[in-house]
Amino acid sequence: MKLKHALIAAFTGVCVATPVLADLVFPALTYRTGAYAVSGIPQADGYSDYFTMLNERDGGIGGVPIKVVECETQYNTEKGVECYEKTKGLGALVYQPMSTGITYQLIPKASADGIPIHSMGYGRTSAANGKVFPYVFNYPANYWNGASAVVNHILELNNGNIKGKKIALVYHNSGYGKEPIRTLEELAKKHGFELSLLPVDHPGQEQKSQWLQIRRERPDYVTMWGWGVMNQVAIQEAANIRFPMEKFIGIWWSGSENDVIPAGDAADGYKALALHAPGMDFPLFDDMKKHVYDKGKAAGAGDQIGTILYNRGMFQAILAAEAVKVAQKMSGKKDIGPAEMRVGMENLKVDQAMFSSLGLPNFAPNLEVSCENHGGAGLVAVQQWNASAKTWSLVSDFKPTDKDVINQLIAEDSSAYAKENNITPKCM
Amino acid sequence: MFYREVGEFKTSYRSDQQTFPIALDRTGFIVSLIFAFIIIPLTMSEYWAQAVFLPFLIFGIAAIGLNILTGYCGQVSLGSGGFMAVGAYSCYKLMTAFPDMNIVICILLSGGVTAFVGLLFGLPSLRIKGFYLAVATLAAQFFLVWMFNKVGWFYNYSASGQITAPEREIFGFIVTGAKAETLPVYYVCLVLLVILAVVARNLTRGAFGRKWMAIRDMDIAAEIIGVNPLMAKLTAFAISSFYVGISGALLFALYLGAVEVGEAFSIQKSFLILFMIIIGGLGSIFGSLIGAAFMIGMPVLLKNLLVSNLGWPGDIAAHLEFMIVGLMIVIFLILEPHGLAMLWRIVKEKLRIWPFAH
Repeated sequence: MKLKHALIAAFTGVCVATPVLADLVFPALTYRTGAYAVSGIPQADGYSDYFTMLNERDGGIGGVPIKVVECETQYNTEKGVECYEKTKGLGALVYQPMSTGITYQLIPKASADGIPIHSMGYGRTSAANGKVFPYVFNYPANYWNGASAVVNHILELNNGNIKGKKIALVYHNSGYGKEPIRTLEELAKKHGFELSLLPVDHPGQEQKSQWLQIRRERPDYVTMWGWGVMNQVAIQEAANIRFPMEKFIGIWWSGSENDVIPAGDAADGYKALALHAPGMDFPLFDDMKKHVYDKGKAAGAGDQIGTILYNRGMFQAILAAEAVKVAQKMSGKKDIGPAEMRVGMENLKVDQAMFSSLGLPNFAPNLEVSCENHGGAGLVAVQQWNASAKTWSLVSDFKPTDKDVINQLIAEDSSAYAKENNITPKCM
Repeated sequence: MFYREVGEFKTSYRSDQQTFPIALDRTGFIVSLIFAFIIIPLTMSEYWAQAVFLPFLIFGIAAIGLNILTGYCGQVSLGSGGFMAVGAYSCYKLMTAFPDMNIVICILLSGGVTAFVGLLFGLPSLRIKGFYLAVATLAAQFFLVWMFNKVGWFYNYSASGQITAPEREIFGFIVTGAKAETLPVYYVCLVLLVILAVVARNLTRGAFGRKWMAIRDMDIAAEIIGVNPLMAKLTAFAISSFYVGISGALLFALYLGAVEVGEAFSIQKSFLILFMIIIGGLGSIFGSLIGAAFMIGMPVLLKNLLVSNLGWPGDIAAHLEFMIVGLMIVIFLILEPHGLAMLWRIVKEKLRIWPFAH
């Protein structure tokens, strides 16, 4: 009886899955609601606005129109899986789960279905080993690059000697926040600093005790792996205990306008890592304005344009679009599928000449993907917040990270995964 | 006219005491089983299986479990999420420690482990009742989630703190891991749900259930007539946790594949299961199932209706979904405080005398 109810419900609701052919389909697992919306909205807007611009200006990629299918996940893994199941039949080319939890969930599913995943700067770090994870990409940099970049930046500030210094990691108590711990522990051994771990539980609004502990222990530096509402609360709490902001360094997910503006002037000098340049001083934004904003086709409320995470979303779309171009060239057909897309992603090369031709000179460092390295070069910069001008600016170049430590950890972790899942590492 | 007991003569105690004394009910039960075992698997799409049917089957088991404790024995529990986590993590530990063990045995054993943990957390129920017990079980929820996050042994010291189900098969069909097929997974969940529901139904009809209900209705009176409250409450906690643990193990191993304890088994899960039994009907096995169907199916249906059919933006639909589901819960509770199961019971009563009410 109960199943009858469910079945009737099912049939009245069967309305999904009308495959759209001859389109390049990019599912966007977004979260515009919930505790993470503050981070999710700008990213989702940037991602879809760039594709809208390509459709308006060039009629798609290589003449094939693009279709972005949004699905709301609320940053929740179960909803993310539902979205994946719902959209995979539409001819999805690549998934950008925008959440480490959902990425972990989708890695086995998408690998079995043969659809590539691009977890750009998040997700499972050891997926950088393309021999074990042929369908998963995390270029241009991963969390372990981030952890090393934080330590490198602190090393630089201290003339290369941080023996005996104390560094605290404030992290989202989830797979995402735990990712850097192993690398930081290795680096602590190597450089002789002391690491203390302060987990913050979902959703991250309650951090009083963590910051009380920081006030008591007085670490020399604090680094943060936060997301959504957790970021602004942490920066506010740091300001409350008068922790020096220039000694507080967030990961690239903890450095957007929405994170620092609520703390006002107190956030001045806060640092975060960067994968790309901030701001709107790029010729590409003229095209975006002409073809998207002025026509009223901007996604969302259109109030996030030019923020860090908006640019990140755009960067994701740009890398996806460039991979499509590579795939179209290599396969010789315009209307590619996920298999061609995977090849395109694996052979993606982006250099400064290309960035200039896209209208984004000096936007991000060069990128080269190969089968052995799905993680890119791992070049990371540091950006700093200026509260009076309300702008982020890069305070360092895009610098390499500690390859020795990271590559060894990637090899260890990916071979453990390969063993657990009976995968023979090889290039496809 | 059609639905009545008139003309059905019971000649033995056995037939008089059966679960479905009315012939139409029995047919309905068999038809719904045929539906569940044959027609749905033949017609369902991958999406509907993943989005509706599998979670329904899995949470149905959890709802039955909580209903045994809360609906039949009257002990309010907000720790179901934590107990599901116990089931999931013990299943993971068993799967990785004994790779050759059959997955169904793993799942049943993790139910056993959860029953033991539930027993421990049930001990305070002997001294405290009502809201105070709810707070004690809330402590279980937070403690268990904290423990699975904190102690590396539970997640085999994996870097991300996640647990991932390795590949296992039943009769040659892969049911866990990346290559798991939906249909075998569906059947495993369905068979477990049917068996557990039948067991629960018979437990609650028998001596156990009568003792639980006596404790629920008035514990002092129950004690005076000879019900041992220690035994009654602890068996309720143990059996309820066994069900909830199995549901957690299924959710992890067969459905999600990889689990992050803070998210998958948070307090929201405890509330979800509690809502299921409140909406479905306290003290009813059938109610647990319709409650689960309502709480699982409603958001998915609304999402499909609003986003796919009406083309609304996803965020507005998501907000509206909260409001509509919330509103429906309130309306249902005002119209029928005893849940959908009571509504069903009233319909049956009316049908018995229809169309000649006098």
